[in-house]
Amino acid sequence: MIAIIDYGMGNLFSVSKALERLGEPYLITNKKDEILLADGVIVPGVGAISDAMRLLNETGIADVLRDYAASGKPILGICLGMQLLFEASEENGGCRGLGLLPGTVVKIPGVTNQGEMYKVPHMGWNLLQLRRQSPILKDVEEGFAYFVHSYYVTTKTDEIILADSLYDVCVPAVVGKNNVFGTQFHPEKSSMTGMKILENFTVLVSEGVSLK
Amino acid sequence: MLTKRIIPCLDVKEGRVVKGIQFVQLRDAGDPVELARFYDEQGADELVFLDISASHEGRKTMVDVVQAVAAELAIPFTVGGGIHTLDDMKKILRAGADKVSLNTAAVNRPELITEGADFFGAQCMVVAVDAKYDQDCGTWVVYTHGGRVKTEWKVLDWVKEAVRRGAGEILLTSMDCDGEKKGFDIALTKAVSTAVTVPVIASGGAGGASHFSDIFLEGKADAALAASIFHYKETSVAEVKAYIKDKGVYVR
Repeated sequence: MIAIIDYGMGNLFSVSKALERLGEPYLITNKKDEILLADGVIVPGVGAISDAMRLLNETGIADVLRDYAASGKPILGICLGMQLLFEASEENGGCRGLGLLPGTVVKIPGVTNQGEMYKVPHMGWNLLQLRRQSPILKDVEEGFAYFVHSYYVTTKTDEIILADSLYDVCVPAVVGKNNVFGTQFHPEKSSMTGMKILENFTVLVSEGVSLK
Repeated sequence: MLTKRIIPCLDVKEGRVVKGIQFVQLRDAGDPVELARFYDEQGADELVFLDISASHEGRKTMVDVVQAVAAELAIPFTVGGGIHTLDDMKKILRAGADKVSLNTAAVNRPELITEGADFFGAQCMVVAVDAKYDQDCGTWVVYTHGGRVKTEWKVLDWVKEAVRRGAGEILLTSMDCDGEKKGFDIALTKAVSTAVTVPVIASGGAGGASHFSDIFLEGKADAALAASIFHYKETSVAEVKAYIKDKGVYVR
């Protein structure tokens, strides 16, 4: 059973429907006991990270997710949910994240080093460049994924970047360390490539091994 | 680098797709889910569903359509038509749509864009603009109510205002080109696309694959939308993509 975290933001329906297509049982929840009992956790999210972190802190889910990650069971953050896994964000004056992965979330500049303007948000299909092997990318071929975001992750810990995409800056697209994974794009909206990544996550969940 | 997007648009009335009459190989050519799957398989990057229901019951049915499509489709889709309140947006987005498109309602009450963007994020908020060139003004003017009502807004002013208020994308329809099948409005699209910092979807006028390469290469569009040429099988999404790829347009 996968727990999809409901903290008042995010399109839970599209993630849950994708799990249904994969035949994976899930539960949409904000209850501590239910989250800790789940075999895997998905943190979805759209919108502003500061609002999301405030809600996670107010409801106590932030600490539950830290405990969950420490248990070694698989956790997957999607889009804003991936950004929440990192240490901090500079969005809206800055806020702290869950701190499960090393790195900071910063704004996509919107202007190249040569002074040329480009559009933000980064919205649409971009090529996924595979960087490192990982169980979450098993049998995933280089393909396109659907992104919608204005902020991206920067990290000095290069080895957590499993795949990236170029949008003037190098956007970490799939990140992972031990049992903690994230996708900047929406796998549930990224056709075959995205569904394969979600399927790989469900395999990790069903194997039930601690990845820590 | 981002790919350019090809977006088929489906008109939905009382829960059924209308105008999709050429889909003889489908079991039910009026079923939104079957058509959505058909376009997904052809390589559509996104879909737009336009609810043209006249009745309140028809609008309620649209929520069921959205749920059914979301359950089947692993590509993003937008729902427009008849969305006037934050509550309308909540119903559609919670049913599984990725974005909502506002047209007349946004012109009537621009705060609605901000309310939606604050609640769901700007990426969910598409503002649809019906544009027509006005000789007296020497520029394009915004029309509402399905093109029946001329407003005071100049298109370039309105799109900037819409983005300032939280629009994450502009769906730009040229009333001058719509239905003519002589190509998209390149001048209009380029003017809007260079005026705003968000993606612009060009709409109106598609008659063949070359029109798509023109609107991407010359019109600076981020995406292009078409209805009839796909519905009536004059071309397919796959054919358009193969053609424009050959012309140097980056596609999925």
